[in-house]
Amino acid sequence: MNVLVDRITRLGGFVRLNIAGIGHATAMFITVIRRSIGLLKRFRLVSDQVFFLGNYSFVIIAVSGLFVGFVLGLQGYYTLNRYGSEQALGLLVALSLTRELGPVVTALLFAGRAGTSLTAEIGLMKAGEQLSAMEMMAVDPVARVIAPRFWAGVIAMPILAAIFSAVGIVGGYLVGVPLIGVDSGAFWSQMQGGVDVLKDVGNGVIKSVVFGIAVTFIALYQGYESKPTPEGVSLATTRTVVISSLAVLALDFLLTAVMFST
Amino acid sequence: MSFARGKLTAVMGGSGCGKTTVLRLLGGQVRANSGKVLFENEDVSLLNNEELMRVRRKMGMLFQFGALFTDMSVFENVAFPMREHTSLDEEAITDLVMLKLNAVGLRNARDLMPSQISGGMARRVAFARAVALDPPLIMYDEPFAGLDPIALGVTARLIKEMNNALEATSILVTHDVPETFGIADYVYFIANGKIAAEGTPTELMKSEDLFVRQFIDAQPDGPVPFHYPGKTLRDDFGIRGSAS
Repeated sequence: MNVLVDRITRLGGFVRLNIAGIGHATAMFITVIRRSIGLLKRFRLVSDQVFFLGNYSFVIIAVSGLFVGFVLGLQGYYTLNRYGSEQALGLLVALSLTRELGPVVTALLFAGRAGTSLTAEIGLMKAGEQLSAMEMMAVDPVARVIAPRFWAGVIAMPILAAIFSAVGIVGGYLVGVPLIGVDSGAFWSQMQGGVDVLKDVGNGVIKSVVFGIAVTFIALYQGYESKPTPEGVSLATTRTVVISSLAVLALDFLLTAVMFST
Repeated sequence: MSFARGKLTAVMGGSGCGKTTVLRLLGGQVRANSGKVLFENEDVSLLNNEELMRVRRKMGMLFQFGALFTDMSVFENVAFPMREHTSLDEEAITDLVMLKLNAVGLRNARDLMPSQISGGMARRVAFARAVALDPPLIMYDEPFAGLDPIALGVTARLIKEMNNALEATSILVTHDVPETFGIADYVYFIANGKIAAEGTPTELMKSEDLFVRQFIDAQPDGPVPFHYPGKTLRDDFGIRGSAS
């Protein structure tokens, strides 16, 4: 009986702790948004971070985009060839990248590259009392450190996703046209005719903005709430990758269901 | 506990006795559960976020290991409070930062990054940053921890000189007896969450209080026991009877 009570108590404690955690994260999210107003006057803080975050992730995203494009070209050709529609390879590559792979893979790579770096940076700033020092200098760390990085992530993500998709399309072209021999004119014209700017590209951009908000906030929150010890920062960094990857995949399903259901 | 205006007051005690908490209470980073924390007749514990920010502009704090911003150069670290709280132009900021860095002897280290300077130098940069806006209250959290004898002497001299030059109220939290007694006007000893003793360094040097004596003479055993409390040696080794 005691074992049962103990287990129920633990379950209750676990649920309560998680609900409190979600509440705390939501309160923090609202605080970040509220304290972002001042950034309009000091946009330099945001643009500096866009530059840093973009630089962190640019190479890995461009190279990954190229290889994903290569694979899409190959797999797409083999599948389309069965039905004699290999001319539609350009359309398949472009739709796959702009609708799904561009935003999703970019967000996953961004979480692994820039997200972990943000968590570690904020965690180490906390461990080194830099955030406390800032508070004591009457400077709000949320407004000065967290908010610029948050908006930088939100801005950088769609740009990186666009780069990923563009490089991926080039990759698909290189495999499909010069290597396999699909007609170049058909490759581009099918793409031009079949990709809708608002429905396909626009929804892809919306997805990557949502992923940008989720991944960057998770990374910053984990860093800000990490224990100021080496173990605490290491744990927070791992949590950033796990939580943001799952969040991206779950959000992708929800967004896809809403955007492309009709 | 009170800190006289314009004086250098030290708060001493063993590790973990709550010395740093006194500073965090004054800065409003920790709220008091009971009692009052008065700064210029305002209870810091009752202030909201905006009011706290206003009050903190009158405070400077030197953290234990400097807490320099690692992504900024020495110059930018000292310029940080000026850029955040004043509308001074770049030329004026440069002049002020150079003056502050000159006062701590690091004018020529202005372009170095925090990772390129020693612990003692980092403490001096943090010192220049803490006094960047000439605050009326300066708090020092363990400024002597981990410093070599030269850096220790330099830091102690800077604290005293800055206190005199700015006529600021200085609060020094430390457990370093010789350096502190050399510069402090008044000293509080904290133990077990209470003020164990207080007085001027001269008075405390003559004190017969057991705790003060143990602390000043660096005795391993006394009111603060050497052994962590728990079972006796006899219990642990299973010694019975009156064996000695």
